[in-house]
Amino acid sequence: MARKLPAKDVVIIGLGWTGSILGYELAKAGLDVVAIERGPWRDTATDFPPAYVQDELRYAIRLDLFLRPDQETLTFRNNAGQTALPIRSFVSFLPGNGVGGAGVHWNGQTWRFLPTDFRVRSHLEERYGKDALPADMTIQDWPLSYDDIEPYYDRFEKLCGTSGKAGNIRGVKQPGGNPFEGWRSSEYPTPPLKQGYGATLFAEAARKAGHSPFPQPASNLSEAYVNPLGIKLGQCTYCGFCERFGCGNYSKSSPQTCVLPALLRFPNFTAQTESEVTKINLDGTGTRATGVTYVDTSGNEWEQPASLVLVCAFALFNVRLLLLSGIGKPYDSQTGQGVVGRNYAYQTTSSVGVILRDKVLNTFIATGAHGMIIDDYNGDNFDHSGLGFVGGGYMGMWQTNARPIETRPVPAGTPKWGAQWKKATAETFNRAMSLGTHASSYSYRDCYLDLDPTYKDRLGRPLMRMTFDFHDNELKMSAYLTDRLAEIARALDPVEITPSPRKGPYTIDIYQTTHNTGGTVMGADPATSVINRYCQSWDVHNVFVPGGASVFPQNHGYNPTDTVGALAYWTADAIKGRYLKNPGPLM
Amino acid sequence: MADPISSLLRISRRSLLASTAAFLSSASSVRAATVSQGLPWGPNTATPPVPVRPGPWFFFTADEAAIVEAAVDRLIPPDERGPGGKDAGCAVFIDRQLAGPFGRSDGLYMKPPFMPGAPTQGYQLSDAPAARYRAGLKALAAHINSAFPGKSFATLSPQDQDKVLAGLESGSIALDGVNAAQFFALLLENTIEGFFADPIYGGNRNMAGWKLVGFPGARYDYRDWVERHNEPYPLPPVSIMGRSDWSVRE
Repeated sequence: MARKLPAKDVVIIGLGWTGSILGYELAKAGLDVVAIERGPWRDTATDFPPAYVQDELRYAIRLDLFLRPDQETLTFRNNAGQTALPIRSFVSFLPGNGVGGAGVHWNGQTWRFLPTDFRVRSHLEERYGKDALPADMTIQDWPLSYDDIEPYYDRFEKLCGTSGKAGNIRGVKQPGGNPFEGWRSSEYPTPPLKQGYGATLFAEAARKAGHSPFPQPASNLSEAYVNPLGIKLGQCTYCGFCERFGCGNYSKSSPQTCVLPALLRFPNFTAQTESEVTKINLDGTGTRATGVTYVDTSGNEWEQPASLVLVCAFALFNVRLLLLSGIGKPYDSQTGQGVVGRNYAYQTTSSVGVILRDKVLNTFIATGAHGMIIDDYNGDNFDHSGLGFVGGGYMGMWQTNARPIETRPVPAGTPKWGAQWKKATAETFNRAMSLGTHASSYSYRDCYLDLDPTYKDRLGRPLMRMTFDFHDNELKMSAYLTDRLAEIARALDPVEITPSPRKGPYTIDIYQTTHNTGGTVMGADPATSVINRYCQSWDVHNVFVPGGASVFPQNHGYNPTDTVGALAYWTADAIKGRYLKNPGPLM
Repeated sequence: MADPISSLLRISRRSLLASTAAFLSSASSVRAATVSQGLPWGPNTATPPVPVRPGPWFFFTADEAAIVEAAVDRLIPPDERGPGGKDAGCAVFIDRQLAGPFGRSDGLYMKPPFMPGAPTQGYQLSDAPAARYRAGLKALAAHINSAFPGKSFATLSPQDQDKVLAGLESGSIALDGVNAAQFFALLLENTIEGFFADPIYGGNRNMAGWKLVGFPGARYDYRDWVERHNEPYPLPPVSIMGRSDWSVRE
């Protein structure tokens, strides 16, 4: 029997990027806020100090900072004809755990979606005709425009202190930036990072081929920066231990380095750690939440009543919490009816390995968002007529590290061990680099999330089941993009190149990205979305899902975090400016 | 005066104080923690890595260790470029890993039912790495005993050792009750980990793996070198524990 705690104004489930931004905005507005986080408290000095954070085995291989599957995992199958089996160890994607969430272990790649991405179905049908999209592709327009969200992108980037070069300030093209990006209200808060040799060689080749390379926008800061909350971040040291690691230099933007020191000053904010929310509680009508129930590490159950419930967990776990709480109609792939779990999507990545002759690349000098990029083949930046696919992605040289347990390039055909392997590994390590493409994953009728009929978590609740595979559209796109990238790579006079376009079937046994999207998508129509334009549940008006990537109707050709952060601010403004004045459905 | 927004939600400031007290009174008996009124910080709360303990084998029997030491020295053979897997400590690394959380699959989802799946669904067997090594090494010893009477893996010629390893890798050698290719893949993966992980875990002794490829290790600051294009990085590697020549007196 749960013990009932005194009521709060706001309960936040999960203290990562969205939870800490909403916590700050609503505590500042005077509300009593509690954030409930199932992982531990984490901070720079105690959990990722530069004395020992640069430990590839502990953090990148044994995954010290990540969610343990015995706490929560999913089951997986490629299609409804298979029996889903549990993901016993996370490999393809790595959900975070603890205070800071994915904001601790991300790479800092800070991208806006394109203006056309926000009206992707309308745009593609207008340009290519209604028959251009596959019948089972379920992409839909966002319920807000790029112009709506631009000020919120700007706010999140200023919170982070993102380093980069604008390509478009209020409609005026800027040399050196991304010529394809949407307009920006201002330049990046800090200048671009310095570039290594490999990225510089790629940029020269891309420029000669007529492209416009630009530095990848990075929330690993090129110089010290004080953000609008008064918190000071340090300068990135290009240590090469970024993704899967916390930052010991206070130079990677995260809830720890950008929000929490200011948030914890509010006496009306409390964080409850190592406590897992099991359910959002509803009143008898099912249209209003009364709070949440959570379990602490002793197995004690607590009920936390609250007037407002904010679902701020990692994308996948937002979906599961709504399914377990009976909020919104679960999606049924047979009928296409229902919404919770619908439009699960991912990211389509590929690479081109390059081995150069007589070059010293020092690829271990790196950050998680450090490189030169071209955006010519993203979204609908290029004419798709006759190509047989829609969508696209960015490409370039942004190798994030050369940590040698995982990064040991050798020429094709080299044995995996023995004398030849050793010789090839020694001779290739510092003259090889990896180019990449990072592309969209559109949503489909048969890619979805629901509750598994067999497997349970440690508390006896059903695991969530993922049904997903790459579709022909994405595989054709990956082949096309990888070919374009290989053309640029050939201009580098390489000893050899190894193009690796994405191939099906999707496997959960090879790391790709942790950009899991959809399942609680936002939209203008309750029949095809879980939340409305303000990230408010259509069914339960005091439940919001403020911007986790679960709200994306499909995934576009960019990393999700900038959009996640922008939507968190967007939702905070909607709650403060609209909901609190008249609590009820906003649409 | 009540905050106007809070009163809209009909919750008073008083509830904050009451609920904080409730959390604090309950927090002492559980690991779950309540954090408010400033960042939590205390001395000695960090969790540094635990350096490998020297001494006898923790997990392997002497016979098992002899097989593993011989195998890692063929997977990564000694040559003019530097030591092989044995002298680099790869077997010690694997032994300590198998005796710890990795060997037990701590933290992984190990609930039944265990069912065979598609390759895209990942490893689905119930045995943790320690059990896989115990069974794999036993089956390998039995194979050597019948294929090379009077010999053990460690006493085979390097050429025969390589043939056996290649046979395991391709699956052309069948081991009794063990998937030979999967066992080989695990052994190779852990050998590579040991050769390139920080020396604090028992492998990569004297940073042999890092010296082989030119990886500077745990340096953590390259601001002076990021724009020195096409120039070899001048400093030798360093471990989390520093370098032995920092502490050895000449």
